[in-house]
Amino acid sequence: MINSEKNRLKDKAFQYFGLGCTILGLLVLAVFLGDIIMKGIGRIDWDFLTSFPSMRAKKAGILSAWVGTLWMLGLTAFISIPIGIGAGIYFEEYAKKSRLANLLEINLANLAGVPSIIYGLLGLEIFVRSMGMGTSLLAGACTLALLILPIIIVSTREALRAVPNSIRQASYGMGANTWQTIWHQVLPASMGGILTGIILSLSRAIGETAPLIVTGALAYVAFVPSGPMDQYTVMPMQIFNWISRPQQDFQVNAAAGIIILLCITFLLNGIAVFLRNRWQKKVKW
Amino acid sequence: MEKLSIKDKKLEAINLNVYYGEKKVLKDVNIAIKANTVTAFIGPSGCGKSTFLRTFNRMNDYVEGFRKEGDIIIDGKDIYQKMVRVEDLRKKVGMVFQKPNPFPKSIFENVAYGLKIQGINNKQLIEDTVEKSLKQSALWEEVKDDLKKSALSLSGGQQQRLCIARALALEPSILLMDEPASALDPISTSKIEDLIWELKEKYTIVIVTHNMQQAGRISDNTAFFYMGDLVEYDETKKIFTNPEKERTQNYITGRFG
Amino acid sequence: MKRVLMICAIITVLTTVGIVYVLFSESYTFFQTVPLSDFLTDTEWTPLFTDKHYGILPLLTGTLLTTAIAMCIAVPMGITIAIYLSEYAPKRVRSIVKPLLEILASIPTVVYGFFALTVVTPFLQQIIPDLSGFNALSAGLVMGIMIMPMVSSLSEDALYAVPKSLREGAYGMGSTRLQTSFRVILPAASSGIIVSVILAFARAVGETMIVAVAAGQQPILTGDPRSSVETITTYIVQVSSGDVQHGSLEYNTIFAAGITLFIFTFILNSVSFYIKKRFQEKYD
Repeated sequence: MINSEKNRLKDKAFQYFGLGCTILGLLVLAVFLGDIIMKGIGRIDWDFLTSFPSMRAKKAGILSAWVGTLWMLGLTAFISIPIGIGAGIYFEEYAKKSRLANLLEINLANLAGVPSIIYGLLGLEIFVRSMGMGTSLLAGACTLALLILPIIIVSTREALRAVPNSIRQASYGMGANTWQTIWHQVLPASMGGILTGIILSLSRAIGETAPLIVTGALAYVAFVPSGPMDQYTVMPMQIFNWISRPQQDFQVNAAAGIIILLCITFLLNGIAVFLRNRWQKKVKW
Repeated sequence: MEKLSIKDKKLEAINLNVYYGEKKVLKDVNIAIKANTVTAFIGPSGCGKSTFLRTFNRMNDYVEGFRKEGDIIIDGKDIYQKMVRVEDLRKKVGMVFQKPNPFPKSIFENVAYGLKIQGINNKQLIEDTVEKSLKQSALWEEVKDDLKKSALSLSGGQQQRLCIARALALEPSILLMDEPASALDPISTSKIEDLIWELKEKYTIVIVTHNMQQAGRISDNTAFFYMGDLVEYDETKKIFTNPEKERTQNYITGRFG
Repeated sequence: MKRVLMICAIITVLTTVGIVYVLFSESYTFFQTVPLSDFLTDTEWTPLFTDKHYGILPLLTGTLLTTAIAMCIAVPMGITIAIYLSEYAPKRVRSIVKPLLEILASIPTVVYGFFALTVVTPFLQQIIPDLSGFNALSAGLVMGIMIMPMVSSLSEDALYAVPKSLREGAYGMGSTRLQTSFRVILPAASSGIIVSVILAFARAVGETMIVAVAAGQQPILTGDPRSSVETITTYIVQVSSGDVQHGSLEYNTIFAAGITLFIFTFILNSVSFYIKKRFQEKYD
């Protein structure tokens, strides 16, 4: 009986410990967001959004950075989406259970775990130098596209796998070939999951800094890029640059920039969660 | 059926109502079960027999939306009272589940588990208990040479007997069995049935089954449930040969269910 | 159509081949000048100074130090939260907390760096007076917060996947939730939890921006968390943001550093992949 009381106490103690840890985690998140908002919210105004960076912190803005981020987002999406979905379909619908498929599988798992800065080194040698893209938006976008490709492929595969085989068999049964089945039945049915994965991976891409530093994103850009071959900066680059300055005013700029970056990130994540929930409700197999 | 004196009542439910959220799954159930008997709960699936069984060791406590009215009395004590520790209750009221669920540990560790979580470290005592429990569950001869082997390497029937041994190691006085043979082949099933018959000498056994022949073979008394109602509760012989209610008759003879 | 799709899939292979090729070819040039033994045993890393030393050890210890600090936070906290959410918390709490933790995981790492530098370091300096402005400790702590959701989320998935029947078996024998969690569920989910820890470790080793912002850029061979350290990733950032001539030895150093990092994470990822494959079907 004494033992069982002790066990009960331990059980209760762990319950509160677990609750404490959970709250602590969320508290850090709250402190973190609160601190940044307090520091930066006052700095955000129209001028901040429409000015170029400047040596004087109070006059500096993030125009070139957010335009650069939009460019980056668009180009990365343009490159990675078709390739990612295509590869996902190949993995899931065609390449089942061959030795090649197994190899692709191992390779994919490994790619997903390669640190982003290594992708930067790859991009530096291949896109920036060998392909002669220079330190352009395109070189950065190609690098980021490769970086998020594994995420898109994995989520595409999961979405495809969630489509029941009966749908495929029904389609084959009516004389459709593999591609027709995929195009008319499987893809539309799994679009929600695929979209969710794409948006999440893009939100990851716009927060990436390291690979873009390596592939030559600039720290100071006083123009708006007008095409994919232009030089550029992006939001996290600009923030990193401001954080690295010792002056307090630049820290405020960094906080303000972070608020805007977080808004974009959370917006994308929010859309992804919304899509996921909506799709789950709508399609019940 | 004979009237039980208070002393003879091992288990008792008094005016028991059970709800899952809004849904009432047991309606005003009254039952008294005698010590050292085998009682079978039968009825179509969804009739509440499993839920009822699980009120005896409070396995429903963690089910979201579970609520009950009325009392469950074991050995004269209301087990839903605040001061009762479920952990202690469950040591006294052992349970065997529908699907064999050995822990992913060795055979030995599975049986020793119940002692170890009570903080018992006496090696000799543990070894003796493991051997005794495995003998009681008629598994000892088959596994005595490889107690270190993973429990998951046993066959389904052996796993289920291991689960029985695991429950017996705690020396409970009551054994609840929730369709213990439904996932097993006929040979394993008959072994389990023989075992139940032997165990009755020392334990009070309540078994849920959807197999009526099984209920007929192994139980002393049978309770028939339908849609949350305890329709009829009597000696097994009487239930199967001369039930009082027409609904019982229909179910027994396979007209529905 | 199949061929087009196959080309898409092959791009993933080409990426790996590209990474390996780039890292090997560029560091090959490096190792022609710097002997591998120097690289592995020299205790100084000063490629950008006049007195040049090319010992990877200071960068490696810097990386491992920040990673170790991060793991000290992320593993106990992550697994505790996972157990709490999977075995204790009411469904409602779980459904609220999980997405909130996912938010933690979706925050860009440069933002964590800002947090480490402007909040955690000043705070810690009040407790530890001789803490340097850039230090391994606060970078490591914040990195721990960053990878914690990864541990908790993957571990929670693993715990949740343990069949309900095992839980019932344990509860049915009078186990408390704590005993059920630690003696039955945790061992049953161990492969998934180990995988989550390894992946988090790999993530911490390769993490760049937090350490680049908050841990400093001084390659010192030290185990002192109060000191400023430079990690492999920070070094690559440092060189990339400066003006280093393509084809120079300095340029090649980042690939030598990169291949060290890559080998590290490659091993970790392969181990986790192996464990995942090997133990996947245990309960099916």
